[in-house]
Amino acid sequence: MAPPSDDLKLLGSWASSYTHRVQLALKLKGLAFEYAEEDLADKSPSLLLYNPVYEKVPVLLHRGRPVLESVIILHYLDETWPEVPLMPADPYDRALARFWCHFVDDKLGPAVGAVFASPSDGQAAAVEQVHENLRLVERELREGAFAGRRRFFGGDKIGVLDIVLGCGSYWLAVFEEVMEVKLVDPEAFPLFHSWLRDFEEQEEVKAIIPAIDRLLEYARGVRQMMLGLSTRQQ
Amino acid sequence: MGEVDTKGVVLLDFWVSPFGQRCRIALAEKGVEYEYREENLLGDKSPLLLESNPVYKKVPVLIHDGKPVCESLLIVQYIDEWWPHRAPLLPADPYARAHARFWADFIDKKVRPPYADASYVLWKLKGEGHSAAKEEFTGILKLLEGELGDKKYFAGDAFGFVDIALVPFVCWFYTYETYAGFSIEELTPKLVAWGKRCMERESVAKTLSDPHKVFEFVGVLKKRFGVE
Repeated sequence: MAPPSDDLKLLGSWASSYTHRVQLALKLKGLAFEYAEEDLADKSPSLLLYNPVYEKVPVLLHRGRPVLESVIILHYLDETWPEVPLMPADPYDRALARFWCHFVDDKLGPAVGAVFASPSDGQAAAVEQVHENLRLVERELREGAFAGRRRFFGGDKIGVLDIVLGCGSYWLAVFEEVMEVKLVDPEAFPLFHSWLRDFEEQEEVKAIIPAIDRLLEYARGVRQMMLGLSTRQQ
Repeated sequence: MGEVDTKGVVLLDFWVSPFGQRCRIALAEKGVEYEYREENLLGDKSPLLLESNPVYKKVPVLIHDGKPVCESLLIVQYIDEWWPHRAPLLPADPYARAHARFWADFIDKKVRPPYADASYVLWKLKGEGHSAAKEEFTGILKLLEGELGDKKYFAGDAFGFVDIALVPFVCWFYTYETYAGFSIEELTPKLVAWGKRCMERESVAKTLSDPHKVFEFVGVLKKRFGVE
């Protein structure tokens, strides 16, 4: 039974991996909340009110007060409801987890997005960027800070870095199919591949991540629109 | 590795880096002894830097008992968590902490020195691009001033995380003003007053660069990158 979480509301978007991060964290912590789907093409007054600086999801409202930015929200959840901790206890491990979360949002995520946005004849460079970033992750898993760790970055259980890296990594498979490229070759990235597989098999994760068909349909639609736009611009 | 004692605190840094300065201020606030090592960012990066920060190959890097911590705001949080008893840099309340993290992150994304990103071009662009960059920068400063309001520091009475994130850029104001052709004091007087208050703190006064030296440095960069 979930501990009392008095008045939690999440403004999100069903296809947003940043929203999924928060939903997954709430689920792992057993926190009840109200969910409101935002139409990002027609933003609600609430969204504009609570996030005037960026006008983005997710927005977590706790007792009516907004918490913004997915990683900051994860920290907030961990500090307010410390049971089922997402962050490691040791300050150095925390710094490490935060660094790699930053890397995901600063480098890996944009590189994956760039593949999706690349013109039909410009994919190779974008794909190589993704591989370069995945190599950095693979190296950390193999011989760096995370070498020899247990199943997840968080240990035996999912932690903050698993959530941040995992919610979003499902786009890799989606883009592989829509763009017809190979992003995660299990032979080139064996540790990353097996970590991702373990992550996606967790019950809580399966409950949060949308069905791949929906993601594929969504991605195809966006891709068509992007190509349509660029054709018209020529 | 061999180059550094495995015990103790080492900061790999570059004299004018506002990111490095954030770390120096935090260490000073906490009274932590450390060894400062200057990296020559206009020359070759040291093997220690490349080994300690293989992902970004950038300063600052804090090496604590042989273990590297990268990214200035993460370093500041690490310093706060490792030495919690003196001069807490983040508030105790989770909501206030989230608020501070949000604004520090905003500053990290939006306030950058000219050399940090190819896209930061206040000093490079001419004409329409220049006015757009100037307008964007003005907007950012006004937003920050709005957040500060009439408070002594960003979190209230206690100097902390958001102040540390922003204050190194105060010594860049002269440079921004000269290139952009505006007066930051006229635009955001409360922010300038806040900057002066921060400079009354020893940690800040001893860390920030002389604004004229910063301006000279940007001149050197411009020549190096062939910008006119």
